[in-house]
Amino acid sequence: MSSDAPALIESTTIDPASGGGSLPPPGPSLNDDLRRRLRRTEWRGHLRAYLLIAPLLIFVLVSFVLPLSTLVYKSFHDPVVPTGLPLTYKALREWGGPRDEVPTEPVYAALANDMKAAKRDGRAAEIASRLNIEASGLRTTFMRAVRRIDSVESGPWKPYFAGVDPAWESPTTWATVRNLADTNHGLFFLSALDLRKSSQGDVVRQPAEQRIYVEVFIRTIGISALVALLCMAFGFAIAYLLAHAGDRTANLLMILVLLPFWTSLLVRTTAWIVLLQKEGVINSMLLGIGAISQPLPMMYNKFGVAVAMTHILLPFAILPMYSVMRQIPPSFVRAARSLGASPTTAFLRVYLPQCAPGVAAGVLLVFIIALGYYITPALVGGAGDQMISYFIADNLTRALNWGLASAMGVLVLAAVLLLYWAYDKLVGVTNMRLG
Amino acid sequence: MSLRTRHPYETRLQRWGRYGFLVLCTLIFIFLLAPIVAVAPLALNDDPYLSFPIRGYSLRWFVEVFTDPTWTLAIRNSLLIGGLATLLSTTLGTLAALGLSHSNLPGRRLIMALLISPMIVPVIILAVGAYFFYSTLGIANSIAGIVLAHAALGLPFVVITVTATLSGFDHGLTRAARSLGASPFTAFRRVMLPIVWPGVLSGALFAFGTSFDEVVVVLFLGGPEERTLPRQMWTGLREQLSPAILAAAVLLVAFSVGLLVILEILRRRNVAMRGIRE
Repeated sequence: MSSDAPALIESTTIDPASGGGSLPPPGPSLNDDLRRRLRRTEWRGHLRAYLLIAPLLIFVLVSFVLPLSTLVYKSFHDPVVPTGLPLTYKALREWGGPRDEVPTEPVYAALANDMKAAKRDGRAAEIASRLNIEASGLRTTFMRAVRRIDSVESGPWKPYFAGVDPAWESPTTWATVRNLADTNHGLFFLSALDLRKSSQGDVVRQPAEQRIYVEVFIRTIGISALVALLCMAFGFAIAYLLAHAGDRTANLLMILVLLPFWTSLLVRTTAWIVLLQKEGVINSMLLGIGAISQPLPMMYNKFGVAVAMTHILLPFAILPMYSVMRQIPPSFVRAARSLGASPTTAFLRVYLPQCAPGVAAGVLLVFIIALGYYITPALVGGAGDQMISYFIADNLTRALNWGLASAMGVLVLAAVLLLYWAYDKLVGVTNMRLG
Repeated sequence: MSLRTRHPYETRLQRWGRYGFLVLCTLIFIFLLAPIVAVAPLALNDDPYLSFPIRGYSLRWFVEVFTDPTWTLAIRNSLLIGGLATLLSTTLGTLAALGLSHSNLPGRRLIMALLISPMIVPVIILAVGAYFFYSTLGIANSIAGIVLAHAALGLPFVVITVTATLSGFDHGLTRAARSLGASPFTAFRRVMLPIVWPGVLSGALFAFGTSFDEVVVVLFLGGPEERTLPRQMWTGLREQLSPAILAAAVLLVAFSVGLLVILEILRRRNVAMRGIRE
């Protein structure tokens, strides 16, 4: 019995030691007044509990939920161009011509007005950058027109635009502009999946040389799965050893497992760089004893990433497996053996099924954490081993395509939350223990 | 199936299997520990690059970490951010864990899942989102933003350790104190807190360790001023691998060993306090 009065109503017998003995036994004799009072106490207890939780929930809202919501919002909300060129889009709608034609004069006039306004407000560069993300080269096209727009008082505007940059006479340019008409759209998700909207407005695949991200997603899943499998194999052995060693030994070995777990991630990555690099410890030693004549390439490739990540994530696999294995009564396997099972059969048919929840928890946890890894692959991997997080960071800081960074983030987030949900169903997050 | 008792009926194959298993485990332990151990001698290397074998030993890189203004500023920032984030997540996390320890609280599972999710969501996604959101609040590129994000990351550890400690707590004790006239606060302070504080403290240590080791959030949310120890290491690793990084790494390993020892003491104390035999 752990909490206030409510448990008294539910339990059919009252444990005298728990201090509930002074209350009348529950059942038909329990009068309504007492029932009401108990319910009120229960309600008050819950209210108190919620009040204790409330500050943290508010904090989590500000420091966690709202940032993630902003990310999700940015992945589809993209108002720069539509709000920057409102008259142009209005004129385009009124014109309504087919996508393989160049619009008529009123659209150009509207664009000129929008450009003048944008130049006045200092928003022209922002619009140009956004257009450039959709089709590289549009920044120049746009800014050329902006630069000289004030020197022209009135139309006709079509010759002016054609004069500053012939791209303004191309239907492709206008199709790109029309693709950005909505403030909320799925274009970023399309490019995160190597798709794009064609000038005809259909969804098509990117040209082969521009396809990057599908491969990156597959690679991320591949590396994570490899690391999860390695952690499962190594972790199972260590967890088994710990669970079947004597208490004293198990405690000591546990500390050896927890030490790397507690060591800074950067320290461990540094250590692997020191060990694996061309002039590193392993290569020097192997060269020294004459086992190899050339340094082995162990870093800046998939091998280095897999080794370093397995090392870093192994404790996450060991801990849940160990806590499950420790609770398996040894008598089960003994019973199976005494009933004639061979050690292998007893292990496979009696022991292993009972380990399954721990193994699943460990593997899933490692896989989930590995999916979002950034630091270790960035430092130990080569250009071809970077995982999705690297490209999120790259789009955020270098390419400045925040929408795409957000869309990729949302895809990873969705995958992780789905797996987290599975983890909760399988293990229950409330049962999570540390060490 | 015990590994350490003698096995009189073991066949030769089984015995070799057992030895093979022990050898495998030894190799895995070497794999786990060797990298951490290997860092130490290289940090004592006199040469200004990470060469091997070592020609001469000196403490110059440790001296550099403690005297070079970039490193000392980084250490100070790390301690400040870690301290503030720990304070925030431990206070709020402990209060919430007290609330969550109510049995059959409606929505408990959902709240727990939400509170633990910062541990699962990739840090880079939180960092990017926090960058967007805090930019609108005007606290991106400041200590405040980093502290908030780090506190969120440390939170699950506090919630998990404190709820675990509370799960074995006998609420009859506080009820007894209340029936003897103690106010709820006194009952909490004089009865509950002395029993659960090891859990609170180990949660706090986890939270501090998380913040102290965190670099992704700092990379995105930190301005040029907010250099922390891990960020300094990250920059060094990307640019040039100076042994000063290894000296910092050794110090961090010593720090984690210290944390681990304290946690183990706390765990034992916790077990002893609750009279549980494991």
